[in-house]
Amino acid sequence: MTADAGRAQSLTDLMRTEAEPLIGKWVDAVAALLRGRQTRSELERDFREFYAALLPLVGNDGRDVSGPEFGDIRSLLDEYSRARVRAGFTPSETASSLFSLKRVIFDLTENSDDPQFYRQQRAFSGLLDALGLLTFESYAQARDEIIREQSEQLLELTTPVVKIWEGVLAVPLVGTLDSARTQVVMEKLLEALVETGSEHAIIDITGVFAVDTQVAQHLLKTVVAARLMGAECIVSGIRPQIAQTIVALGIEFGDIVTKASLADALRHALRREGVDVVRSRAV
Amino acid sequence: MERVPILKIGGVLLVSIQIDLHDQSVLALQEDLAEKISATGAHGVIIDISAVEIVDSFIGRMFATIASISRLFDADTVVVGMRPAVAITLVELGLTLGGVRTALDLERGMKILGQLGRGRDA
Repeated sequence: MTADAGRAQSLTDLMRTEAEPLIGKWVDAVAALLRGRQTRSELERDFREFYAALLPLVGNDGRDVSGPEFGDIRSLLDEYSRARVRAGFTPSETASSLFSLKRVIFDLTENSDDPQFYRQQRAFSGLLDALGLLTFESYAQARDEIIREQSEQLLELTTPVVKIWEGVLAVPLVGTLDSARTQVVMEKLLEALVETGSEHAIIDITGVFAVDTQVAQHLLKTVVAARLMGAECIVSGIRPQIAQTIVALGIEFGDIVTKASLADALRHALRREGVDVVRSRAV
Repeated sequence: MERVPILKIGGVLLVSIQIDLHDQSVLALQEDLAEKISATGAHGVIIDISAVEIVDSFIGRMFATIASISRLFDADTVVVGMRPAVAITLVELGLTLGGVRTALDLERGMKILGQLGRGRDA
């Protein structure tokens, strides 16, 4: 192999004639790096595609990877990096997959002393560096998207509006309340009131550990908005520390009904709905 | 200018707002309503705003004004069918419509007026 490389032959020709052994070595190098977290056949499939997309680019030093001729390899690398993010690989492992090709090619050509060949190789090395950076960018982008998706899902998950009786809705709030979340809760609750035609809603804040003036303000707004629509809100499950904070901050709950527990609030709502709950027999 | 129709059902006047309200039509509605209550001796007014999607402070104040006018004729006012977005807007504008009764829909609004009417007879 090295004997061939010694002759005045372009890197492109070399990569074309030596494609199979090169890809094999590349896969070996990366498989060792990843310590079996991805099968050889998967790697080989991906790398074959990269290799095919890289061949026409040999001789380009990768100074302008946003050009149209890089379209193919860019989309391939983008897909590859995204898959890597989901599979839990680190960004350096992702970028090293490309950089490994450098070593494989250097190994093949180390005995060559042709200056022409050396220049080509330097350009190719620059190209791979640029592409490696590209994978890093795709990786960061994909990770940002995942984080955004997850925070949206979290917002949805943590604000359920449940119907606990005909005409009575409950919103169990858990965790920290901020403006964005309270806004979501407010909208969901008001919409649920219209949808289910419920006249009572219980906002249970047993799972809320901190209340400041802003959060209290949002809660009050929700209650007033519900009242404007013809429904009554009951706030339940205020923790002792929170009660102290509310009084210390001088927040007025006015004529809003507050109850110690969700059970008390439900009993109150049922009474207002005209429902009596009785034991059918002595237990 | 479009005028909002006022319908009479028994002793109740029903105002169903189906058009985009402008300041002029709001003023016209207040005049029409005052005349109608005076003419019919209605004991209740229901304003159905389930079709209203956009409000401003002028429209917000309209509800309170109509309620005050009706009260002079000894009639109760109920605003029904307010949409969540409208309710949020009114709260953000700082209008809490003190003194105006509200109900989720027309049916519940009629029921409230019925209960108030019974209290009146007793």
